[in-house]
Amino acid sequence: MQAYPGLYPVAPPQSAGPEPLMTSALAPPQVLTHAGFDALLAELKRSGHRLLGPIVRDDVVVYDDIESTADLPRGWTDVQDGGHYRLQRRGDDALFGYAVSAQSWKPFLHPPGQRLWSARMRGDAVQIQPEPPPSERMAFVGARACELHAIALMDRALLGTGPGDPYYRARRAQVFIIAVNCSVAGGTCFCDSMHAGPQVTAGFDLALTELSDQSPPVFLVHSGTTAGSAVLAAVPSAPANAAQIAAEQTILAHTRASMGRKISSTNLHDLLLGNLQHPSWTEVGERCLACGNCTMVCPTCMCTSVADVSDLSGERISRSRRWDSCYTSEFSYLHGGSVRHSTAARYRQWLTHKLATWHDQYGSSGCVGCGRCITWCPVGIDLTEQVRAIAAPPAG
Amino acid sequence: MALSSEDSGTRLASAAMVPRIGRILRRHRDAPGVWTVEIGETDPGVVPCAAGQFNMLTAFGIGEVPISLSGDPRDGTRLIHTVRAVGAVSRALAKLPQGAPIGIRGPFGTGWPMHAARGHDVLLLAGGLGLAPLRPVIYQLLAERPRYGRIMLLYGTRSPAEVLFMHQLEAWRRHLELDIEITVDHAGAGWHGHVGVVTTLIGRMGLDPVHTLAFVCGPEVMMRFAAAALEAAGLPDTSIHLSLERNMKCAVGVCGHCQLGAAFICRDGPILPYARLRPALAIREL
Repeated sequence: MQAYPGLYPVAPPQSAGPEPLMTSALAPPQVLTHAGFDALLAELKRSGHRLLGPIVRDDVVVYDDIESTADLPRGWTDVQDGGHYRLQRRGDDALFGYAVSAQSWKPFLHPPGQRLWSARMRGDAVQIQPEPPPSERMAFVGARACELHAIALMDRALLGTGPGDPYYRARRAQVFIIAVNCSVAGGTCFCDSMHAGPQVTAGFDLALTELSDQSPPVFLVHSGTTAGSAVLAAVPSAPANAAQIAAEQTILAHTRASMGRKISSTNLHDLLLGNLQHPSWTEVGERCLACGNCTMVCPTCMCTSVADVSDLSGERISRSRRWDSCYTSEFSYLHGGSVRHSTAARYRQWLTHKLATWHDQYGSSGCVGCGRCITWCPVGIDLTEQVRAIAAPPAG
Repeated sequence: MALSSEDSGTRLASAAMVPRIGRILRRHRDAPGVWTVEIGETDPGVVPCAAGQFNMLTAFGIGEVPISLSGDPRDGTRLIHTVRAVGAVSRALAKLPQGAPIGIRGPFGTGWPMHAARGHDVLLLAGGLGLAPLRPVIYQLLAERPRYGRIMLLYGTRSPAEVLFMHQLEAWRRHLELDIEITVDHAGAGWHGHVGVVTTLIGRMGLDPVHTLAFVCGPEVMMRFAAAALEAAGLPDTSIHLSLERNMKCAVGVCGHCQLGAAFICRDGPILPYARLRPALAIREL
């Protein structure tokens, strides 16, 4: 912290290491067949949940409405690298055999557009109608460990301070989460480095591990909440045997060992804030297109702007919030110009916020290692490389 | 996994995003493009705003911008805000006629450290429109005059025409309750005052640096030089307070626009001690 005092008060201790393995305090793990999984989804639907899960659309895995396991990306996996994403056949019937979807759950908890209020103007009379928070109950099917960490980070940022965001709160309050332990790591994954995966440890109602090489393929299921236990109890399942429980750890160890990227997360806070004028910011600024893709796909980027609109008569007006990105020139605009007029400064703001000042604001890193910002960057800028560039002694 | 839903909290938060409706009581022009609006509120009445805090003001159908209080913080009958008409929203706000509705959210942000100023000399350093957020301080200092030592206002503008609240400044100067020095960058015929940047006036004030608090508001470049000059005059950086300006949308620390380092200027500022700001202000485009 000597490197950059002042606005950055005291860095809380960084995560000490991997979280403890999942403990199934509520119940021993059960085993669920594909038919049992379908019964579980039907049970959630019957209890009024909108089912959301991975589907293949436009040649990518995305989250959308699903009816049953028939909608899931059966037999597909993904190949991801900097600026690169392709779907590929696995040669089996795994339902969750891909690494990480193109977009996270963010659009469902914190939608790209949210009306805040509308009003009617009659002469000088104004009547404002606040937009009521939604009451929909959603079930997220197939959330990954990194995504649960991302949701926990959004909880802290959007609910943790001040009055909080009522729309996020309303959506979040009703979510039922079926998490999935990752059986493969993608080419841009580095959740292991960020201590955010691949094993789900908290923040789920039910957690599955797909044992796709068993015949027939089954899921190992852990309950994380009483709500999860109750849903699981409503469908046929069997106690897991020792071999199945051991298989889960083998799968996770394999996933952990095959991460496509890694990052040294030791004191990134001081490293980045102590090097705000490092030449590599300028270098990356020359490659960055400032398109904002990374902020759109990042599961913890939650910046918004507001726009007021009116009809032609000016009688009906409304204010809506929409996603914004710190890469636009408008983002930091003050009369006369933008505070961050160069792309390099905007990239620096994004990365230092994500990996450094997030610690000061919310007590942990803002990155969960999902790798989406690397995959969906049109020029393949890789934040793990940028961190290495800053950690390296300046050339020449 | 679900979170517990807090209904009362949700209602409260919802209210924080929806403006109250005030009415324009009066408006007048203070300088070219600069207008002061007086706003009345009946339901539930004027919500007090401390010196240094700001409200988010809405021109209905156009948009919302943060504007610092420029009136007397103890005035329970109206809110007074001074606006420079430079963008779509501020132009619309400046044009609102008497009786027109105006949206208000707030107050938001930290105020000037008035309590810490008790028993001290207070130096106010304003540049351009930066006098507006400092005027509430003057009202309060004068209302509680015996609590403070010397009160000094150093004020710089580009030209004599841009000096805000001239009649008031002259009246205050006549009453000898505070020292006022005004300087302009470009004088015309008829200007007999100082010419030059406002920081040049600091040296002639004979400050008692140990017992002086400085409140600075103006363009960021002016505040950087002012803070350096105040330090050179012997003030510790914990005694120098600046009012920062950033793009703001939500005003409650969730939209991300106003970040400077780890601070959300809307919530942690806009008034921050130079001791905290110094490293951030030293780096361009942070």
